[in-house]
Amino acid sequence: MAAKKSTKLAFSKDQYLKWYEDMLLMRKIEEKTGQLYIQQKFGGFCHLYIGQEAVVTGTVSATQKGDKHITAYRDHAHPIALGVHPKYMMAELYGKSTGMSKGKGGSMHMFHKETGLMGGHGIVGAQIAMGAGIAFAEQYKNTGNICITSMGDGAIRQGILHETFNMAMNWKIPVVFLIENNNYAMGTSVDRTTNVTDLSEIGKSYNMPSKSVDGMKVTEVHEAMTWAADHARSGKGPVLLDIRTYRFKGHSMSDPQKYRTKEEVEKYKAQDPVLFVKDILIKNKFIDDKGLAEIMDRIKATVEESVKFAEESPSPEASELYKDIYVEDNYPYIMDNKF
Amino acid sequence: MKIVIKQCIFAGQNKNQNMRIIQFREAIQEAMTEEMRRDENVFLLGEEVAQYNGAYKASKGMLDEFGEKRVIDTPIAELGFAGIAVGAAMNGLRPIVEFMTWNFAILAADQIINSAAKMLQMSGGQFGNPIVFRGPNGTAGQLGATHSQSFEALYAMVPGLKVITPSNPYDAKGLLKAAIRDENPVVFMESESMYGDKGEVPEGEYVLPIGKADVKRVGTDCTLISFGKIMKVAFAAADELAKEGINVEVIDIRTIRPLDIDTIIESVKKTNRVVVLEESWPYASVSSEITYQIQSKAFDFLDAPVRRLTQSDTSFAFSKSLIAEALPGVEDVVKAVKASMYKL
Ligand SMILES: Cc1ncc(C[n+]2csc(CCOP(=O)(O)OP(=O)(O)O)c2C)c(N)n1
Ligand SMILES: [Mg+2]
Repeated sequence: MAAKKSTKLAFSKDQYLKWYEDMLLMRKIEEKTGQLYIQQKFGGFCHLYIGQEAVVTGTVSATQKGDKHITAYRDHAHPIALGVHPKYMMAELYGKSTGMSKGKGGSMHMFHKETGLMGGHGIVGAQIAMGAGIAFAEQYKNTGNICITSMGDGAIRQGILHETFNMAMNWKIPVVFLIENNNYAMGTSVDRTTNVTDLSEIGKSYNMPSKSVDGMKVTEVHEAMTWAADHARSGKGPVLLDIRTYRFKGHSMSDPQKYRTKEEVEKYKAQDPVLFVKDILIKNKFIDDKGLAEIMDRIKATVEESVKFAEESPSPEASELYKDIYVEDNYPYIMDNKF
Repeated sequence: MKIVIKQCIFAGQNKNQNMRIIQFREAIQEAMTEEMRRDENVFLLGEEVAQYNGAYKASKGMLDEFGEKRVIDTPIAELGFAGIAVGAAMNGLRPIVEFMTWNFAILAADQIINSAAKMLQMSGGQFGNPIVFRGPNGTAGQLGATHSQSFEALYAMVPGLKVITPSNPYDAKGLLKAAIRDENPVVFMESESMYGDKGEVPEGEYVLPIGKADVKRVGTDCTLISFGKIMKVAFAAADELAKEGINVEVIDIRTIRPLDIDTIIESVKKTNRVVVLEESWPYASVSSEITYQIQSKAFDFLDAPVRRLTQSDTSFAFSKSLIAEALPGVEDVVKAVKASMYKL
């Protein structure tokens, strides 16, 4: 496997174990999510995170409590990385009242205030500016917190990126811009949309410190994010990370994937981010077969519990339609939808 | 729900042409393809329109036929590519801009509203903007608040734009061809959940007039006005009411702006009762405008207040249970018609 045989490990045994269990849980939850979607347990879009687990995992392990996270619609794994039980994510997929957004947001809109998850956002690129704004508020309140603002390689083609980068640099906003660069925006590869295929270059035109990172290795993501977070937190302003990853599945569940070859997918599957950590655990005798089986059992139980919770939770009451639109409970809605 | 086109009155068209059954997406593709063959200045651009054949396959085969020069994949940059198209339209080309959905066209609204709609007037008639902005609009199941919006009223409010929302493949093809030939900027709204709908479309060429409503079903007891995908609910309600001997006249306005108020008023004079059904929100909506015009032009002919049904006055939620509550159904339309006949 891709793990290098280093004698000295940069991280503790516990850190590797935590990464492994988190990432495996993401993998298993998403595999289950894909199956449930095919069984039509819920509708809407469904964008799986399979293959990209190291990105959010290494990001969260390198940031602190109080830091904020905002991302696009490929957001099922973020709650797990932040320590939220996946049953709430699953209930949201089911559109149940116990879901992370009370069943009102769905797959693309996972929010969790307590852990600083500022969404899941479905409009490509919108979160780039919002992430800077969230970090602006941290700076304003002098909290020392930062905001990790994730976006796809497709999202960076939106004009809002340039407006935001400029202001964020000029105002030294404590934000880390993170490109989850899986090389495709639906069926469009990076090199078909630009002549600047090294995405870290985009930051450089704003004098923004920028780096490309191997996103299949949680260790590399963690290290890069540690550097980026320190920089942003210290008042020096934004950082851009171009984290190179790969989605093993289609863009969403209805993608025939004619734009890439099987060989390409296989090449990246050989760098599976979950197996990368597993390999380190085994090589360093941090875990034996029994230990691995125990982790798998725990994860299976969590997945089952999540599905059961989602299945058994109630749907939102009809009256919920008229809540959370305005802050007021007695807002005078026009009632012409039912006779 | 399956689309059933009831007795269609195809304004000014020869109904005896050889009919085929094709999908809505094929009707869109045919309209664009025929117009691109006819005029080399017509071209298509948008996200995933070329190599992927369109996110909803509405441009299938077009890259193969016309090549990369005329069927262009753009990055995800709605404001930028809409603006490039507006500029091209100022300078002799006739772009068709596909938005993956109208929800994302909100990013391009600046170019549509501030540039395209105003170019002719601001330049004192020197520069027109023959351009079509098209893509799916409205709700399509559990896609959540940002991906479920209907923006007809928003664009129809803007002088300088024409706005079209067809409800079936036949109208879609004829009206899209008219839109491409039109010298003004046209907003053309389809629906994700209509692309698979099948309907009769004749072999060969035809163009339908912009600004003409279509009486889809003749009736005497009440006028039911609607447009776009929710026409299906209107037809189903008319079917239900027919079982009880109530004959509803169903009008598909097809063009939101300019509105064919004459066809509406003519019908109101006959039935004296009106229900308007709209998929979008109620506030300052298309139904608000229709209702205003009816009361101002045919007040003396009304035997009951104009009633309307719209989506709930709320953002569209994800959960199925909330979606059911948000959208008016067949039952609601049936009741509204009966209420306007004092039969409830
Ligand atoms: C403004 C806007 N335009 C278009 C879309 C449709 N869309 C959804 S995802 C997507 C591709 C985005 O790709 P990328 O940013 O690389 O993210 P990834 O799916 O790879 O995670 C597109 C075009 C959208 N949601 N919002
Ligand atoms: Mg991508």
